[in-house]
Amino acid sequence: MNQAQFEARHERRWREFAAWLDGGVGAAAIAPRDWPQRYRQIAHHLALARDRAYGPELVDRLQHLALAGHQALYGSRGNALAGLVGFVGSGFPALVRRESVAVAVAAALLFVPLLGLIALLLRWPELVHYLIPQDQLASYEAMYAPGNRALGPRHGAESQLMMFGYYVWNNVKIDFQCFAGGLLFGVGAVFFMVYNGVMIGAVAGHLTQLGLIPTFWGFVAGHSSWELLGAAISGAAGLKLGWALIAPGAQPRLAALRAAGRVAVRLLYGAAGMTLGAAFIEAFWSSMRSIPAEVKYGVGILFWGLFALYFAFAGRGRGRAEGDDAH
Amino acid sequence: MTAATPMLDTLSRVPTPEGFELTLRLAGPVPRALAYALDLAIRGLVLFAAATALPYFGRGGTGLLLLCVFLLEWFYPVAFEVWAGGATPGKRAFGLAVLNDNGTPVGFGASVTRNLLRAADFLPVLYAFGLVSMICTRQFQRLGDLAAGTIVVYRERALVRTPLPVAPPLAPPFALTLDERRAVLDFAERHATLSGERADELAAHATPLVAASPRPAAVLLGIANYQRGGTGR
Repeated sequence: MNQAQFEARHERRWREFAAWLDGGVGAAAIAPRDWPQRYRQIAHHLALARDRAYGPELVDRLQHLALAGHQALYGSRGNALAGLVGFVGSGFPALVRRESVAVAVAAALLFVPLLGLIALLLRWPELVHYLIPQDQLASYEAMYAPGNRALGPRHGAESQLMMFGYYVWNNVKIDFQCFAGGLLFGVGAVFFMVYNGVMIGAVAGHLTQLGLIPTFWGFVAGHSSWELLGAAISGAAGLKLGWALIAPGAQPRLAALRAAGRVAVRLLYGAAGMTLGAAFIEAFWSSMRSIPAEVKYGVGILFWGLFALYFAFAGRGRGRAEGDDAH
Repeated sequence: MTAATPMLDTLSRVPTPEGFELTLRLAGPVPRALAYALDLAIRGLVLFAAATALPYFGRGGTGLLLLCVFLLEWFYPVAFEVWAGGATPGKRAFGLAVLNDNGTPVGFGASVTRNLLRAADFLPVLYAFGLVSMICTRQFQRLGDLAAGTIVVYRERALVRTPLPVAPPLAPPFALTLDERRAVLDFAERHATLSGERADELAAHATPLVAASPRPAAVLLGIANYQRGGTGR
């Protein structure tokens, strides 16, 4: 069969297939159950056309159809909302349990300097001057002075939305940097964990030692669990990438990196979501002056407890089945 | 694949389960940098518009502006790659698109991975790591692409069928290989863009086919017409 006969015989089917790809008026010409068969036919025609050395235009046209068909049939699909509900309800806590080693290491890198510095500064308050310049200390002290109308870095009712924007922009960015920093053999992730642990610990220790306990701890209590656990999990995502490069195991580094990346990016979704929640609570709840510190402590402890239950039990049983599905 | 020693090229061949190879044309650092610059300008304009409008809403407006900055910085590429056919406006303008390295459209996870890892590619200045990575990898992948398993390719252009110049079909004196037939057809399709002398000059390289012919181009056109089956078998 020469090329002209080949084209004359199959032209109609190619046009139908192209119309289906465009999704326009002619798309209905092919029933859904026939899509794979029609795609395989295009693949077959492409192979024939190449083998018989038909004209480049015909081969290109078939290649174009085959590529578009490949993308249409193999493209990812799914219900984004259902995926989100499943991820929050079971996929994410199950994932954190599966990656508990990375999460524990990242949490240690964050919490050991944080708690250690609080303890150190309670014992030797002057150490803080090695870590934070005097003018910054003064501004922190002013923020949490007992007489302020609203607590936290800025004051004023109207500024809550502004602070929400600021917290999202700044804090979620830090999560993303932890993740990206993991690509540098984990160094970036380790740095961000330790650095944030040191800075948070220094400020917290200093203000505690000054006796600004109800204002400072009252302010941070509500969002502390969301923020710190979110940071630790984003650090774990970065460490996953770094560890895949340092110790890829029985596969090439690139393959190990890709496998780790697929897991790490899902850890990062959860971490970013938690940091987003922290920003919301920090802007709209933590800054409220009218609520007694005791209530704020209670809410903070409640959140820590709920997160402990969430990561310990949520999605058990179903987690394994849903944990490995595509993004 | 057809030749014993593949020619140096920017084509990426992806085998499919249906037993054929997809051929993707990879995009190198320069068009990608230009597309990035265009995207940066677009984001700058959007941000400028937001910065002009939002302060009228007081400090709350400042908060919304910061949210805009955040979304533009991190999710501008993701949104376009996942929901607008794998290309930001900048990439679209330069005819580029992001695909998974198996030729399928990029999904949310891969897109988030490759775009958040820009922070690593950017280091130490101006995408230096990304550039080195692109130069060192076979498929021009920056670090984010390597981790996400994605590539940047030229979009398929709309196919225009150029008619061959009409010439009396002529059977080749011996069986041609696949690449040789392709070359003859390519030549015939390009013939209209060449001057007569240049066409003869090029055609003269196919010595065994056109030996001793005063008009080598006409011989090749005849063979091309024969192959396309204008008449004959």
